[in-house]
Amino acid sequence: MGFWDGYVWPLILIVLSVLAIVVPIILLVAYLTYAERKVMGAMQLRQGPMVVGPFGLLQPIADGVKLMAKETIIPSGANRVVFIVAPMLTFFLALVAWAVIPFDDGWVLANINVGILYLFAISSLGVYGIVMAGWASNSRYAFLGGLRSAAQMVSYEVSMGFIIISVLLCVGSLNLSDIVRAQQDLWFCIPLFPMFVIFFVSTVAETNRLPFDLPEGESEIAGGFMVEYSAMTYALFFLGEYANMILMSGMTTVLFLGGWLSPFAFPPFTWIPGVIWFALKVAACLFVFIWIRATFPRYRYDQLMRLGWKVFLPASLFWIVLTAGALIAFDWLPK
Amino acid sequence: MAFIDRAARSLLMTELLSGLGLTLKAMFKPKVTLNYPYEKGPISPRFRGEHALRRYPNGEERCIACKLCEAICPAQAITIEAEPREDGSRRTTRYDIDMTKCIYCGFCQEACPVDAIVEGPNFEFSTETREELYYNKQKLLENGDRWEPQLAANIAADAPYR
Repeated sequence: MGFWDGYVWPLILIVLSVLAIVVPIILLVAYLTYAERKVMGAMQLRQGPMVVGPFGLLQPIADGVKLMAKETIIPSGANRVVFIVAPMLTFFLALVAWAVIPFDDGWVLANINVGILYLFAISSLGVYGIVMAGWASNSRYAFLGGLRSAAQMVSYEVSMGFIIISVLLCVGSLNLSDIVRAQQDLWFCIPLFPMFVIFFVSTVAETNRLPFDLPEGESEIAGGFMVEYSAMTYALFFLGEYANMILMSGMTTVLFLGGWLSPFAFPPFTWIPGVIWFALKVAACLFVFIWIRATFPRYRYDQLMRLGWKVFLPASLFWIVLTAGALIAFDWLPK
Repeated sequence: MAFIDRAARSLLMTELLSGLGLTLKAMFKPKVTLNYPYEKGPISPRFRGEHALRRYPNGEERCIACKLCEAICPAQAITIEAEPREDGSRRTTRYDIDMTKCIYCGFCQEACPVDAIVEGPNFEFSTETREELYYNKQKLLENGDRWEPQLAANIAADAPYR
């Protein structure tokens, strides 16, 4: 094993495969903002962006160029280092989680055995970016946003954790590829349907999307933790939020919608490569994210907490007991 | 029973789902927005937009400097000075409209006995400086030449109702 064979080539390969994941995701994020504006426009009987490029298709690029060309303003009272690090952290964490998501059978950057724990840990770390931003801005609105976000994300992670456990009970493995393979016959969204709904609602809360976008809360706290951010730092938060949305959709797809598996296990459907199925399922989840945003008004904060602690937590706990009991009673435990 | 009814409703999320159904239906309805710069809405013949001074078909300007428009203008946006021309006819030497003062009430075109000053169908005359909105006689006559076909058509269309 020489220097080249042992270190340099593997490194280049890893960097290339990382880029092969990150670049499409960033492009996807850009066009997700476009899709959101178009879909919400359609739901409000508007047209959405139409001017930049055909059907406004170049709008996300124009937005990106605009944000990069603007001046990054750092408030004089802000903690400069934390202020700059916070958006970078949010963006970085949103991307780093993709390492364990299987796009197709064997198409995974790091096929680690505790993939789901890694994913859960990284998505939980996401709150730090927001709390740091809220603290470092040295602004009341931002601080309130950071506080809200911390409470909200912690609350919803608890029930998300329990839901993941009930999935794991049915699989018997923490590896995400194994979780998908275990859904060969039946996607988990059917036997675990209530958990699927709760999980999806929790991911909406976890990504601070409407109707749970209290950390931003434009109408009450003027943009929350993002209020002091501008230009590229703001763009990083924005990218991070949307990348998180895609990540959470990917997580829902892997856990409940059978990942890369085709919905029907016979020819016309099995000819389509798994990665296309995966992308379609993620797109469907993202559509629901946008659809929910276009439909519901924002929750009040006590309603949000009540839903998390008094509805989702008992329900997911009950369902774990039910799942475990059924698995034992009918001897369905994965061997 | 009321309790069971309420619990079933919230568990099955019937209200939330019907809300989602409503937005989904709206998504496939025709859009109500016009793609404005490329697509414009209909305008009434009585639309009161940018002013214009019209001419007779032989090229003679219509305005006879009676100053009725200046007198009736509630915003006092119109300034007129008049002198007899070489051929003895009474004409304006100065006809200014301050478009920043104008309230587009249309009294000037109502007052005009010869249909000289009119408000045309054009509403896209924004400028980058204030000074460009102080219209003089030359600018108003140019407007008249530019919009004459439409101005004449609008006056003809409205004539039966006068």
